[in-house]
Amino acid sequence: MIYIQLFLSFLQIGLFSFGGGYAAMPLIQNQVVDIYHWLSLAEFTDLVTISQMTPGPIAINSATFVGMKIAGMPGAIVATLGCILPSCILVTILAYIYIKYRHLKTIQDILKVLRPAVISLIAVAGLSIITTAFFKGNAISFDMLKIQMVIIFGICLYLLLKKKANPICVMLLAGILNMVYGILF
Amino acid sequence: MLTKKDILFKLFISTFSLSAFTFGGGYVIVTLMKKKFVDEYHWIEEKEMLDLVAIAQSAPGPIAVNGAIVMGYKLCGLLGVIVSVIATIIPPFFIISFVSFFYHLFKENRYVAFMLEGMQAGVGAVIVGVVYEMASGLLKEKNSFYIVIMVCSFLANYLFKINVVIIILICICIGIGQSLYRRRAL
Repeated sequence: MIYIQLFLSFLQIGLFSFGGGYAAMPLIQNQVVDIYHWLSLAEFTDLVTISQMTPGPIAINSATFVGMKIAGMPGAIVATLGCILPSCILVTILAYIYIKYRHLKTIQDILKVLRPAVISLIAVAGLSIITTAFFKGNAISFDMLKIQMVIIFGICLYLLLKKKANPICVMLLAGILNMVYGILF
Repeated sequence: MLTKKDILFKLFISTFSLSAFTFGGGYVIVTLMKKKFVDEYHWIEEKEMLDLVAIAQSAPGPIAVNGAIVMGYKLCGLLGVIVSVIATIIPPFFIISFVSFFYHLFKENRYVAFMLEGMQAGVGAVIVGVVYEMASGLLKEKNSFYIVIMVCSFLANYLFKINVVIIILICICIGIGQSLYRRRAL
């Protein structure tokens, strides 16, 4: 039955996509395009484009998109549930263990080492977004630099750090500034 | 004092709006959660937030969903998990259903394209701002060991493209090693 197939397929995607985001893409492509032929390669490329243009994790976006196309609204719900079920179980267990045992000396020591590493991982994610934003075609060279994006970035950072502005407002402002720039020049 | 119902309601509203505006992947939502739950509501401490991110990161599945689960569990137990997960998946669910319908109109609209391009700079600034605050907090502790961990994991992930899960596992091993060593020294 199609609902069970959708559920199991996205269950695997949820269970084996470590590292989030783009790490999950080959896995999704394998299930959705290669194994089940629910989408053609061109449709999958469209899906990736839509995911980049809209908020939300790509795995959830694909589950909704594929489920909707194959079996309508119930399909989308079943696929999305399959996709998040492994997370719900595993992360809840980890959170339970964390809250129960975090006062233990050994766990404290482990967490102290993990915190600086997590800051770095967030920094790396930020850097890759900035690289995409600042340079045309992701080529890091001076003539590929989009000056207006650097200026918008500077304004946003100033508002965030000095004025403690709301981050969602800052993101929307960045979009509007670039739209104004695009219309003017 | 906030009742559990108030917290659940606020949790729903905030995870819903974070999910609805989070362009650019899981880490953006994690930084926005820090702004909301640590800086604005003071529901949890910054150190706890980093622990929760490590948990979200080390399990499979989308980081945004995992982040919502740990946050929900920390604040309200299983009920919190259900509330924050539902709030996180509703926005992409409806947006994708809607956009896939009008995909071609959406794709070829140049105003939409400019808006999305500009938002990347804003997203980058949000992440840099949060990293700056957290890293300067760590530097103030003046513990060179943790600074070395921070620099090494940055280089490992950025330059050498070592998988996040492996970096987390190595850090766990270092922590265990350090703990055993200290006990022996006592």
